[in-house]
Amino acid sequence: MTPTDEQGIAEAILAAHDAREPLAIIGRNSKRGLLRPLETIRGQAARTLSTQNLTGITLYSPSELIISARAGTTLAELEAAIAANGQHIIAEPPDFTALFGQAQPQTIGGVVAANLSGPRRIAWGAMRDHVMGVRAINGTGESIRSGGRVLKNVTGLDLSKLLTGSHGTLAVLTEITLKVLPAPEQRATLVLRGLNPARAVAALAAALGSPYAVSAAAYLPAAQAGFIPGIGPGPVALVRIEDFAPSVAYRTARLRADLAEFAPADILDDTQSRLAWSAIRDAAPFAGMQGAIWRVSVRPSRGPAVAEALEQTFGAAWFLDWGGGLAWIAGPATAEAHAAVAATAARHGGTHTLFRAPETLRAAVAVIPPEPAALAAITRRVKAAFDPRGILNPGRMHAGV
Amino acid sequence: MLPQPAPRQETLARRDDIVEGLRALLPDEAVIAEPLRLKPYETDGLTAYRQVPLVVVLPETTEQVAAIMAFCHNQGVRVVPRGAGTSLSGGALPMADSVVLGLMRMNRILDIDYPDRCATVQAGVTNIGITQAVASHGFFYAPDPSSQLACMIGGNVNMNSGGAHCLRYGVTANNLLGLKIVTVEGEILDIGGAHLDAAGYDWLGLLTGSEGQLAIVTEVTVRILRSPEGARAMLAAFRSNEVAGACVDSIIASGIIPVALEFMDRPAIHACEAYANAGYPLDAEAMLIIEVEGSIAEQDFLLDRLKAICARHDPISLKVSSSAEESAAIWKGRKGAFGAVGRISPDYMCMDGTIPTSQLPHVLRRIGEMSASYNLQVANIFHAGDGNLHPLIMFDANDPASFAKAEKFGADILTLCVEVGGCLTGEHGVGVEKRDLMHVQFTETELDQQRRIKSAFDPAWLLNANKVFPLKGLAAA
Repeated sequence: MTPTDEQGIAEAILAAHDAREPLAIIGRNSKRGLLRPLETIRGQAARTLSTQNLTGITLYSPSELIISARAGTTLAELEAAIAANGQHIIAEPPDFTALFGQAQPQTIGGVVAANLSGPRRIAWGAMRDHVMGVRAINGTGESIRSGGRVLKNVTGLDLSKLLTGSHGTLAVLTEITLKVLPAPEQRATLVLRGLNPARAVAALAAALGSPYAVSAAAYLPAAQAGFIPGIGPGPVALVRIEDFAPSVAYRTARLRADLAEFAPADILDDTQSRLAWSAIRDAAPFAGMQGAIWRVSVRPSRGPAVAEALEQTFGAAWFLDWGGGLAWIAGPATAEAHAAVAATAARHGGTHTLFRAPETLRAAVAVIPPEPAALAAITRRVKAAFDPRGILNPGRMHAGV
Repeated sequence: MLPQPAPRQETLARRDDIVEGLRALLPDEAVIAEPLRLKPYETDGLTAYRQVPLVVVLPETTEQVAAIMAFCHNQGVRVVPRGAGTSLSGGALPMADSVVLGLMRMNRILDIDYPDRCATVQAGVTNIGITQAVASHGFFYAPDPSSQLACMIGGNVNMNSGGAHCLRYGVTANNLLGLKIVTVEGEILDIGGAHLDAAGYDWLGLLTGSEGQLAIVTEVTVRILRSPEGARAMLAAFRSNEVAGACVDSIIASGIIPVALEFMDRPAIHACEAYANAGYPLDAEAMLIIEVEGSIAEQDFLLDRLKAICARHDPISLKVSSSAEESAAIWKGRKGAFGAVGRISPDYMCMDGTIPTSQLPHVLRRIGEMSASYNLQVANIFHAGDGNLHPLIMFDANDPASFAKAEKFGADILTLCVEVGGCLTGEHGVGVEKRDLMHVQFTETELDQQRRIKSAFDPAWLLNANKVFPLKGLAAA
């Protein structure tokens, strides 16, 4: 089903609710490989309900840093519209179509439903931090709004944040309002070569803890660095500065001096920086790789320990973004490897997501960490508060929810 | 004055047993039941509303909070969480049948991690206390509400507090990594941690700004940031609100994101100047305080551009500070605004709505008309960068008619905010004050959706009762 307006989405959901039929909620289906395959209800497989025909920018006020678009609007259309006014989406959302072997462009609804953020997340927040308001249809076909078109509001419970990252399991997003910011005039990247993982992450911490407003910090071991354009061989730590040109020049020089105790730094210019960070953002090193891919989020200083432990356990390929706090892990698509990732993430106080894997593995394991009993009970009750018959993307995040 | 529902007689009748039960769980000094000692807890920052609570408990550990919650849950007793009691919306107003759970003794800083740029503190640590704890290493905690000397981080989380620097650094929600909470049943849960973007539903985001409706927050892990090399302010005065508003648009369109962009109207300028002698231009209709950060050279670069932008809007005066002292003087008036208005009026009500920035001239014109028709003075302060409007309505609290008029005036302003595309509250919360205005912003369907989420956390509605949600619908929830 591909309704062309919000009313059509509401009617489709109400009909499914009345019939107790599960629905697979998609935009253009670019993220169908994420998380768990959908569960059936009484043996019935989900019908697909797509927001791809809910398109168009409904409000763009550059001077108020606000843009609203219907959920099926492609991210590319949105980004082009704001780029024409020198603005950008703050969280730098990644494009995982290559990673998932998909051809379809992603929609803003999908990006928000999955709360996907890129390298700038470490400094400027996640997609969820910039979702100012949403319109959505809950599991009984009711229209609900949360937030608004202003940059600050705390009126009532923040359903915008709850629905962001809920993967279509609570309600179907129909329209989204984002805060945007002026895009920087210029970028530059410091490249520190030859550092071991722990030393590299210490350098990233020094950069992120400097007054120079670093906007991204990543580490790639030798095996992955070759996939990043213009980086060359050997392990590299990368630190990005984005701002007005004089600030970029000044801060780059200061950081280069401050980080000299770790390694001398080469500088990537604006064009090279764009290419390098797009590749890191989209996990380009893993795009051609077989097997499973995990994302592990830990406190940044623990990233090297997580990655090296998994390298020893099953020969994981890996690289680190978010100053070390986001470990991208690739390895065999086995339950044993998954168990090792989950245990290692937990041991270091972090969280894991089985990001890409064959359907059999995604159906067999907890793709995200199970919640303690009291929280799992709240999860079930909140799910029921939106979708009492459990028809929206059943089982997508947690088995049976 | 909004009517408060009658307390549950059945709870009042069991008061002695409830107090005794709480004393059995806690050290003697942690339970306050004597009428004279309960008095200080009868109100918060919304002082027009007063109610002595059933009893006050002051736990020092999360485990004590869990014991209190389990006891109250078993007894079916309502609980009102309280931090410093600075809420301007009555968020911590006690109810006669409620236990006030005060978190002010949970005031320890538990962990500071500079390499990972986070700090874990108990809920009763003050907002400024976090910055003070990390300042020696050159770090700070970004959200800076006006009450930051007193207000506590647990309250900041529950109100999603902002401050003057939101445009650059975001509000509380954007600066949190983790929480330790106690559920209404007394279960202790960790939400998030020191890492980003915990898997599963965004409980951290939902709990932030939930006004004590969902759980008790006992510990908070915040992001700490390295302080910039420096900051400097400039002041630009204009002939009309419209021109100042147009200048704000031009600044944003230029690609500069100042760390602060504050607007004051004529009454606010006069009140603040009389109070602070900050050198504000008294012939201006509107004034902007604009602050930038960075090295001296970076500040100069940005301030030169800002000066050029302001100059295009025919300013009455432009003053760029040349030192930290001059910047402090520019800020002194703004930061003293509440005290300043307090000097020219016996009482004032600080409202808090949000509007699309483009609507500012229209909204100020309408507020001016309302001011004339209510015959009450109003001064307006506006976080122009994020659309948060703070009208200060002046009235006389000793005159019930004056107070009633001021409340009505305030409700009219907030209704206007919603009409032009804004919200009922930017940072103060709904609390008691705006409870019955929720219908202005939300449909009954939307309120019911929020109520069902409340019920998912707190099935018996024991937490911070009679707030946020309009009373009318309570019976149905």
